[in-house]
Amino acid sequence: MAEETMGMGPIPKEEPIPKEKFTVIGTDDFSGDLIARPQVSYWADAWRRFRQNKIALVALVVLAVMVVMVIIGPHLNGIAFEEIDQDALNQGPSAEHWFGTDNLGRDLFSRVWQAGRVSIAIGIAGALISTVVGCIYGGIAAYFGGWVDTILMRIVEVLFSIPYLLIVILISVITDSRSIFSLMLALTLTGWCNTARLVRGQMLQLKNQEFVLAAQALGVSPWKIILKHMLPNTMSVILVAITFDIPNYIFSEAFLSYLGLGIAAPNTSWGALCSAAQQTFAFYPYQMFFPALLIALTMLSFTLLGDGLRDALDPKLRK
Amino acid sequence: MEQILEVKDLHVSFNTYAGEVKAVRGVSFELNKGETLAFVGESGCGKTVTAKAILRLLKPPFAEIKEGSQILYQGRDVVHMDKKALSSYRGEEVSMIFQDPMTSLNPTMKIGKQIMESLRIHKHISKQEARKEAIELLRLVNIPSPETRVDSYPHELSGGMRQRVMIAIALACSPNILIADEPTTALDVTIQIQIMDLLKDLKTKLGTAIILVTHDLGVVANFADRVQVMYAGQVLERGTTKEIFEDSRHPYTWALLSSVPTLAKESKQELYALKGTPPDLILPLNHCPFAARCEHCMQICKERNPAETVLSETHRVSCWLQHPDAPRTLTFNGKEARS
Amino acid sequence: MVKYVIKRVLYMLLTLLIIITVTFFMMHSIPGDPLASMARNLPEQTRENYYAKYGLDKPAGEQYLIFMENLITEGDLGESIRYPGRSVTDTLLTNSRVSGTTGGLALLFGIAIGVTLGIVAALNKNKWPDYIVMFIAIMGITIPAFVMAALLQYFFTVQFHLLPTTGWGRPENLVLPVIVLSFNTIATYARYVKSNMLEVMNQDYILTAEAKGVTPFNVIKNHVLRNAFLPCITILGGQIASVFTGSFVVERIFSIPGLGFYYISSINDRDYTMILGTTVFFGALFVVAQLLIDIVYGVLDPRMRIKAKD
Repeated sequence: MAEETMGMGPIPKEEPIPKEKFTVIGTDDFSGDLIARPQVSYWADAWRRFRQNKIALVALVVLAVMVVMVIIGPHLNGIAFEEIDQDALNQGPSAEHWFGTDNLGRDLFSRVWQAGRVSIAIGIAGALISTVVGCIYGGIAAYFGGWVDTILMRIVEVLFSIPYLLIVILISVITDSRSIFSLMLALTLTGWCNTARLVRGQMLQLKNQEFVLAAQALGVSPWKIILKHMLPNTMSVILVAITFDIPNYIFSEAFLSYLGLGIAAPNTSWGALCSAAQQTFAFYPYQMFFPALLIALTMLSFTLLGDGLRDALDPKLRK
Repeated sequence: MEQILEVKDLHVSFNTYAGEVKAVRGVSFELNKGETLAFVGESGCGKTVTAKAILRLLKPPFAEIKEGSQILYQGRDVVHMDKKALSSYRGEEVSMIFQDPMTSLNPTMKIGKQIMESLRIHKHISKQEARKEAIELLRLVNIPSPETRVDSYPHELSGGMRQRVMIAIALACSPNILIADEPTTALDVTIQIQIMDLLKDLKTKLGTAIILVTHDLGVVANFADRVQVMYAGQVLERGTTKEIFEDSRHPYTWALLSSVPTLAKESKQELYALKGTPPDLILPLNHCPFAARCEHCMQICKERNPAETVLSETHRVSCWLQHPDAPRTLTFNGKEARS
Repeated sequence: MVKYVIKRVLYMLLTLLIIITVTFFMMHSIPGDPLASMARNLPEQTRENYYAKYGLDKPAGEQYLIFMENLITEGDLGESIRYPGRSVTDTLLTNSRVSGTTGGLALLFGIAIGVTLGIVAALNKNKWPDYIVMFIAIMGITIPAFVMAALLQYFFTVQFHLLPTTGWGRPENLVLPVIVLSFNTIATYARYVKSNMLEVMNQDYILTAEAKGVTPFNVIKNHVLRNAFLPCITILGGQIASVFTGSFVVERIFSIPGLGFYYISSINDRDYTMILGTTVFFGALFVVAQLLIDIVYGVLDPRMRIKAKD
């Protein structure tokens, strides 16, 4: 049978190949393997994926703007948030009062941002407290294991089986003081349970994973294992938990304040503003519109940011 | 011999964020009735993708069979089959078993029902009849007490048992072709032999042609009629099992064969290990894909893709060493090799 | 399985005991006694009678034992402090019928719509139906119930006079509260069903089914849905809790005389026996629901049956 060409790259017969091309030169030195595809570190890869997620980026920007406005907002139009103006009750948005005034004639623009301070502060503080407590609790349970783990997790299970808001309401009834401190206590008393569960689960999983076992077998010090292997792999879980915790705390606070169990006058929060506007909503809908919009926008941004972070940080999605 | 499947110039690409990964690059082969053809190669060489393409199991838009590729089953065009034709082609004409029996069975459906599903789609028989046949199939694949096992859930069975169930599902409608994608990789060695023996036994009983995707050359030697050595989405060498094992001509095949441990006396030397990794399939590669790792690489190998040289009616190789100007005598891994 | 259920029931009883005990002693640790403000102006003798009537003259430990005894033997949670003669248990049972109607409807409606939307989104991934569903889902999670309630009230009643603003007793009173209450459930289920379906669709056994020649429709119907729905049962507990706590707000806005409505008013009234009773009732309801859900899941998922045997 004559030489036949199939598949790729038929040789043009008319063009002879120079003989010197047929001397054996051997294998490459394989340095090419190393640069073929650059090694991408975990966080660099996560950042690349996060950047591709336009929605999450927008959410991040919205949140940044929100934080700036909460800091400077109450001073922007020169009217203090608690200043009562008897001549301007329930006025609609105008050049003087950008978001209008409430039933006591207080400027809603200043109030909304002042309220935002409380709401966002509670969200961030709550998330930080539950992260710290949850990490320590979950870490202890995972580190000691055995009966310590069993007892600690049983306690979490009991706390978990009671509806969260029920506990929050109960605590705020019992403490009965409307200070931010007792509010925080009520909100975070069981709020850390979820983080504790997550951290424990992740730690236990890592403890038995090959790369940790390998590091142990190679004699890497426990400190280094925790720092180099356990922490970065738990960080992603914690980070995502924080992004979902913050809006949950803001939501719970709004809920409590709406029921009249949250923050007390003269201080205010978005939930408290909504609660105040509820009575007269049919006549002055703008009074509820602005605080409600800001709650929704904050919740939305944190939820989308959390989704984006989770997708970016989940190593299972690495391709 | 009657030819039942013909694949011509198959190209498959994956669309990833990094670009188009050309996983299969112009694979052509044919399969005859009742024979066993083995696809051999390292991981990521395109053998599983080729197998899945035959059943059109690749998910668009992520994976795409390129225009111009031809898959002909008994003369019928598989690439452009509509949903209905595809549904009767899959399972009835060609069926497939997968690598990991632990994840390949629906965890919430009784195994009997999973076998019956196939029977009822293709044979249009009643539930009672299908159940009877399912029990017979379980008996055929040597599952003990099939009458009770038929109502088991997958998690109640061992890995080997589950792979038997997979085989029963695949053979339910006595297809003409069975594609076995690394059917024993996830199993214990002793179970591997049992499963391969079962497949061999069923093949003679039912006359099914088998495409065996594997990287285990031991399995190939005992089981396959013909072998096709694949690398970077291309076929580098093909031939009967005897031709490949005794008279292989491609340096890559030599490397594969040399890296199998043997118990023979003479092999006191260290086991051969092929250095380097297969090329990145995003690259265009218009030269021999194996050039970078080949001990006998020549300048021409890095410039052009070799044509397929016909050595016998069954044996073909794509290598520049076949060119009249190339060196005739070579040594490979301490032994003389013939090109 | 039986052993598993018994174990779970025991845990549930323990949890309940903890909830009741902690709530009881917390309510009794409030500075000043519950009758202080009411009994301030009464003559000495009347006041003492009053205290004796509620057992408040006894030490807290003894009060606890009496409370537990009454609760276990007769299901009696005591008498309202603010409204003498009103039995807490009876009030709770009456009110729970109202809350049960709205809550139950909201759950059913929410799950039905949420699951449907989730399926639609999963089957049309990255196409416009997916985007619309995910938009609704995000709205449902981010807009607080009281804002949603206010908006619906404003449009349906103030602007277009289609439905009554508040009230109870007629079917049209149910429409708005059920929609508001079910919104979170819709959103949660739409997201959860979608992500579960996408995960299942990537499993190896789906490939097996396709290789068998199962048509795309039947792959979804027989293989994807069952496996994707099973985990959805586990989040039902959280949804029940959310519907009930949601009722605190919704019942207040729509003036529905249910559990949530009276819970909030008893908090404002500082009616301690009512608060204690309602908390225990809510806790029990939730814990029992959680137990039932776990048992149902154990029965439905064949993999759990094995684990449950251990």
